[in-house]
Amino acid sequence: MKYKDYYQILGVERDADADAIKKAYRKLAHKYHPDVSKDPAGEEKFKEIADAYQTLKDPDKRAAYDQLGRHHPGQDFEPPPDWGRQFGGAQFSFDDVDLADLFAGLAGGGRQDGRAGGAFRMPGQDFEVTVHITLEDACRGTTVDLNLGVPEYDEHGRLHREQRAFKARIPKGATDGQRLRLRGKGGKGLNGGRDGDLYLNIALHPHSLYRVSGHDLYLDLPLTPWEAALGALIDVPTPGGSVRLKVPPGTHAGQKLRLAGRGLPKPHEGAGDLFAIVQIVVPTVLSERERDLFKQMAEASNFDPRGHFRQEAEHAARHH
Amino acid sequence: MQPDTTEAVWLDSERECSLLELSELSGLPEQVLRELVDYGALAPTDPGAAQWTFRASVVVAARTAGRLRGDLELEPQALALALTLIGRIRDLEAELRGLRAQLPRRHA
Repeated sequence: MKYKDYYQILGVERDADADAIKKAYRKLAHKYHPDVSKDPAGEEKFKEIADAYQTLKDPDKRAAYDQLGRHHPGQDFEPPPDWGRQFGGAQFSFDDVDLADLFAGLAGGGRQDGRAGGAFRMPGQDFEVTVHITLEDACRGTTVDLNLGVPEYDEHGRLHREQRAFKARIPKGATDGQRLRLRGKGGKGLNGGRDGDLYLNIALHPHSLYRVSGHDLYLDLPLTPWEAALGALIDVPTPGGSVRLKVPPGTHAGQKLRLAGRGLPKPHEGAGDLFAIVQIVVPTVLSERERDLFKQMAEASNFDPRGHFRQEAEHAARHH
Repeated sequence: MQPDTTEAVWLDSERECSLLELSELSGLPEQVLRELVDYGALAPTDPGAAQWTFRASVVVAARTAGRLRGDLELEPQALALALTLIGRIRDLEAELRGLRAQLPRRHA
């Protein structure tokens, strides 16, 4: 079993009193709680802090933990021999036991009577996992493979990690940040308590063409200056297939052209919109002929895109 | 052994759950949920109804409240404030994502 230094995790001395332990825990919990923290490593860090606090706040568990002696964090160690006998007989091995599970198993006299939780109906633990899917999967629906290490009590009331593999069908209509529930796929309930649930938090992989906002999609639509000025029929990719878009004459850069219902499908009915955002792109290398035509246009056109600069300058001059 | 396949269910506005279900799903006692409704942090579909029902999307907020209560030992009033602020952060993040999605990616 790997040693974890719960005092070091909470940043307290080994002789810290209960108040100091609670204060240290709260300070760290405010910083790392996954519902509050933006730190990607916050969840793992918070779990460590919570495990440490669950053991050190309980005088009996703390005394049992102190009995283990001092070791380096991560160092392999063996609990005293009588622990093995109490947990599962002389042959019991602590090799694959997690220290936090060991102490969680002490709850409700688990070590004394071999039945954690006594006769209380205890619901199984809920779990949350983030599932990364592609935009195409979100459109069609998909099946994902999940592999979870779920803590479970065995017939002797000992807590251990059970690896569970199963498939979850995600119906079409997902988008970033949406939640789904898989009933009964969390930890097993005890004494008739309901099994916990598994919650999936959907995260979409970034797409090379589309940017996602809810069920709406945004796509950059590069146009030539003449397409923007004269109007054009352009084939635009959408998740459901290519669509012909009519670009009106006089279209300007930054304009959003809406393709209704061409975004991501919604869970029950309908779909978001796709917005094509116009960019006007000029060729970086011009042929002789192109250069001549642009020159002719420059000479022939009275168009002044910066007229408002001059108006603003005149306005400022009048007021000084 | 072939792993079984489980259907995932959306937590969205199309489904509803009772106060009792919300209590089971969040781990919060019904009394605490009632207080969170009183403080405006959770909203039943029809606050005037004899039996409250909640959109399944409320489950996400109620579960957050359940975790905060268990892990940070917060009182209902502090929980309500935390939920309201977390909700505002989520809304602002969604708005920010929406605005970022509108920024051109390709620099021609």
